[in-house]
Amino acid sequence: MRRTTEQIIEKICFFSALISGFITCSIFLFLLIPGLPLFRGGHFFSILTGPWEPGLGQFGIYPMISGTLAVTMLTMLFAFPLSLGCATLISMEGNFRLSRLLRKIVEMMTGVPTVIYGFVGIFLLVPLVRNFFVNGGSGMCILSAALMLTLLASPTMILLFCDSFSRVPHSYGDAVLAVGGTEVQKFLYVTLPCSWPGILMGFTLALGRVLGDTLVALMIAGNAVQVPGSLFDSVRTLTSHIALVFAADYNSPEFQAIFACAIFLYFFSTLLAVSVRLIHSRWRINT
Amino acid sequence: MKKSLGVFFSLLMVVAFATDSLAGALDIFTGEKGEVRIAGGTAHIPVMKEAAIRIMRHNPDIHISVGGGGSGAGIKQVGEGLIDIGNSGRKANEDEISRYGLQMFKWAIDGVAIVVNPVNKVRSLSQEQVAAIYAGTITNWQEVGGEDRKINIYTRDEASGTRAVFWKKALAKGNVAKNANFVVSNGAMKAAVSQDSYAIGYVSIGHMNDSLAGVAFNSIEPTLANVQSGKYPIARGLYSNTKGEPIGLVKKVIDYLFTAEGQEIVVQKGFISVK
Repeated sequence: MRRTTEQIIEKICFFSALISGFITCSIFLFLLIPGLPLFRGGHFFSILTGPWEPGLGQFGIYPMISGTLAVTMLTMLFAFPLSLGCATLISMEGNFRLSRLLRKIVEMMTGVPTVIYGFVGIFLLVPLVRNFFVNGGSGMCILSAALMLTLLASPTMILLFCDSFSRVPHSYGDAVLAVGGTEVQKFLYVTLPCSWPGILMGFTLALGRVLGDTLVALMIAGNAVQVPGSLFDSVRTLTSHIALVFAADYNSPEFQAIFACAIFLYFFSTLLAVSVRLIHSRWRINT
Repeated sequence: MKKSLGVFFSLLMVVAFATDSLAGALDIFTGEKGEVRIAGGTAHIPVMKEAAIRIMRHNPDIHISVGGGGSGAGIKQVGEGLIDIGNSGRKANEDEISRYGLQMFKWAIDGVAIVVNPVNKVRSLSQEQVAAIYAGTITNWQEVGGEDRKINIYTRDEASGTRAVFWKKALAKGNVAKNANFVVSNGAMKAAVSQDSYAIGYVSIGHMNDSLAGVAFNSIEPTLANVQSGKYPIARGLYSNTKGEPIGLVKKVIDYLFTAEGQEIVVQKGFISVK
């Protein structure tokens, strides 16, 4: 009896794995097949590096790629130290009730829908950026989007960081304290180094979230098709570009170009995931 | 989005159930049952919503959902059978008509007004000035009689019918500067320009209110009267498209827009009746 249940459960798990694997692969094929004319014509790279001038028959997505990278990097620049600091405070705070309250607030923040962040961005942050910086232009810019995305990406990172801190065995920390180390030394020289795989994982997940987020950037980054030259420039991310061009005619070259965007996003996030796996497994071998 | 709108309308229906008996044009819906999905042009939304509320108030067995997406999306989605009525603020082109077998129904005329923030004192621009601002050759409000501030350009996405008519008739198919901000609906344009003191944008005249200031184009004010008389040139029809001849409930919804009551909604929402 027990064996059959086990077998059934095993089968169910196997099929679930098979289906999710199959879906991932078929998404890739779905992207690749309509995008094939781009590769065959040999102008896939010219699309990646060219300008977007539909009027002149040029459908390059370089402005969108640079916009995406600018927004993503700035966001991570804000979000990573912020999250690390928050997680440290939550883990180190002696007052149990305060740290629990902080943690609850962060947990609640993970559940806020992105459209809410978008609205808050439009009605609070954008006017603030516009009025605070005289050269801020319309306020719809890389800086606004990155600040809002920081709010979006941080909670996930904070929670993952906290978890990885708490996974470090207590005995390690106790040993530091036993030889006369302070709490700060314990954190800096033991907890932090021991939990770096978790930190890396949190970083990657947050990066993926920022890279893939559409709504916040669509609502407050301004969506101008230009290679950004300053923090106050309006930019269009790859995901926004897909959302904006999607309604265009099916057979048009514009529509083909958004497949190039999708393929680029797919490759980029796969690359991220794989490299994290590699680093992670190497770390395992070394310790 | 569509679903939440549906829920919203269902609630309205329940509230309004008791007051049903306005009769008249709505009688054609008596005894009908079913769902009508409408999406596409965002200029159409105020009229479509009002019509949907009235129809569903009359007959709670009918569900009508109204979504946006832009004219391009309206045409594409109705052509592919995802929705029943696809709205567009431009005529479907030959290719779209032949590919999808579209039927077009023009139930209102709308103007596209060039708008600035009420704080801005510029109230009149020539066609050349508008084209130069959008092309990025005029970049400061001072050059057209305003303050010494940079002009923030707002435009619409590729799927927008409002953009199509603005580009053709106001910009004379000219370029749009690379640093122009893109917004995705008439509502979003209104929100953006009403917040940004140094913005320039364009919206459907039906969406105009005190939060925006209309700019005269070649000295012609963007008013309904001027659109109606044909003096104001940036105008277009508002269309509803169906795949093939509409039948049943979908036909009745479109017919309703052409009744005296339907056209009254059109006028009430700031558009020009086709009758």
